[in-house]
Amino acid sequence: MDPTLRPENYDAYIQKNMPKSNLIWDLARAFFVGGLICTLGQGLNALGMEVFKLSEDQAGMLSIVVLIFLGALLTGLGVYDVLGKFAGAGSIVPITGFANSIVAPAMEFKREGYVLGVGAKMFAIAGPVLVYGTILSVAAGIAALLF
Amino acid sequence: MSRRTGKRTFALTGVYAVAAGTVVGDMEGKGPFGPYYDRVLKDDLFGEKTWEKAESKMFQFAVDKAIEKAGLKTGDVDCLIGGDLLNQIISSSFAARELHIPYLGIYGACSTFSEATLLGGLLIDSRSMDCAVCATSTHFSTAERQYRMPLELGTGRTPTAQRTTTAAGACVLRSRGPGVRVTGCTLGEIVDWHIKDANNMGAAMAPAAADTIAAHLLETERAPGYYDCILTGDLGHHGSEVAIKLLRQRGFDISKNHADCGIEIYPADADVQSGGSGCGCSAVVFGAFYLKELMNGRINRLLLVSTGALLSPTSTLQGETIPGIAHAVAFESGEEG
Repeated sequence: MDPTLRPENYDAYIQKNMPKSNLIWDLARAFFVGGLICTLGQGLNALGMEVFKLSEDQAGMLSIVVLIFLGALLTGLGVYDVLGKFAGAGSIVPITGFANSIVAPAMEFKREGYVLGVGAKMFAIAGPVLVYGTILSVAAGIAALLF
Repeated sequence: MSRRTGKRTFALTGVYAVAAGTVVGDMEGKGPFGPYYDRVLKDDLFGEKTWEKAESKMFQFAVDKAIEKAGLKTGDVDCLIGGDLLNQIISSSFAARELHIPYLGIYGACSTFSEATLLGGLLIDSRSMDCAVCATSTHFSTAERQYRMPLELGTGRTPTAQRTTTAAGACVLRSRGPGVRVTGCTLGEIVDWHIKDANNMGAAMAPAAADTIAAHLLETERAPGYYDCILTGDLGHHGSEVAIKLLRQRGFDISKNHADCGIEIYPADADVQSGGSGCGCSAVVFGAFYLKELMNGRINRLLLVSTGALLSPTSTLQGETIPGIAHAVAFESGEEG
């Protein structure tokens, strides 16, 4: 027998009884797609080092540049959001997802103009990552210097 | 003149819903009511440069179509009452700019259609006006960017989320028939049962829907079975379940004659999680299908209860709970008596 619903117990009832995302299945898809993107990155890395005889740093840069390009291109072609719907965090967390999070608002807000539309809204989603990423890297740098 | 039968309920006389105009997007057109809409857009930009312009054009199309189907001219309309979901209700106001009809812009989130119909009904019942057009619109792509994320961002959706419909509907109310009688209305009160999840608006609105339906039934001294159909706006699958449960708790069983526009608008296998939403949703489902059913007598009595979640992106970010509201309007076919 369900409890009598009141304003006090309603939210708890809803949270308990509403269907939830299937965590295992979501994780499996994220693992698979995310892993695939990372494998591609590793492949590019190997390609740079073995075929083009680049240094490790240069090969890393090559794979980052190519992945960002692919993320942006697939966003522009309207493919990345379909992939994202399937993969969830699997396609958001890798650097291709970072490209997606910048290109998507840039496309969306083009109609509001290049300054207050594209320029202002481009980092609406990626902005927090940049802000806290920068702060943390400064903190890590100071820590490395001290210890 | 209207008679107040309770604190929130009015009995109306001499008000008729005579015609409706509807236009929907491609995905909505694939739903079960596809053949009933006046127009299904293949291109959801409707030949415009921006989605906002497209939504406004849809609003205007619905109003023009409804007036045309009622056999009237724009000049015969005393007032346009309408709204939409965008900031400063630009879709409605920009459409009204072209129409040259006295205009009342209202906002009740997804409850706007029944709010407009209720106001139009009261104005005509009071003999202040002879003809009012009640219209609402929503567009998936305009709502998505205002309330959620850019369209091309790759994210998933929770099972309780709903899809904002691309839909605009208008209904002409007149002081004389032939048409479907608008026989009463119940004003909604804000009900907030502390839901904070903006991806579960069905649960946020269900207590408001239950409250208004219960108030209507109590103040008219009717049983749920009086109506052939109690049509809620956009509670979706999960919100509907909860609303039925809440009403059962208060002694009303609506499980047999309840339908929800948000559930019905899309094909059963559509990838829309809990269903459709938006104030255009109940406008087109009611206008295209249920009004016709009432007109040809396949349904005799219907209670339309559009439901709204009065949240904003700012209130969500600030951690506020979601206030819900629902307004009810009763329609009956046939002559008085």
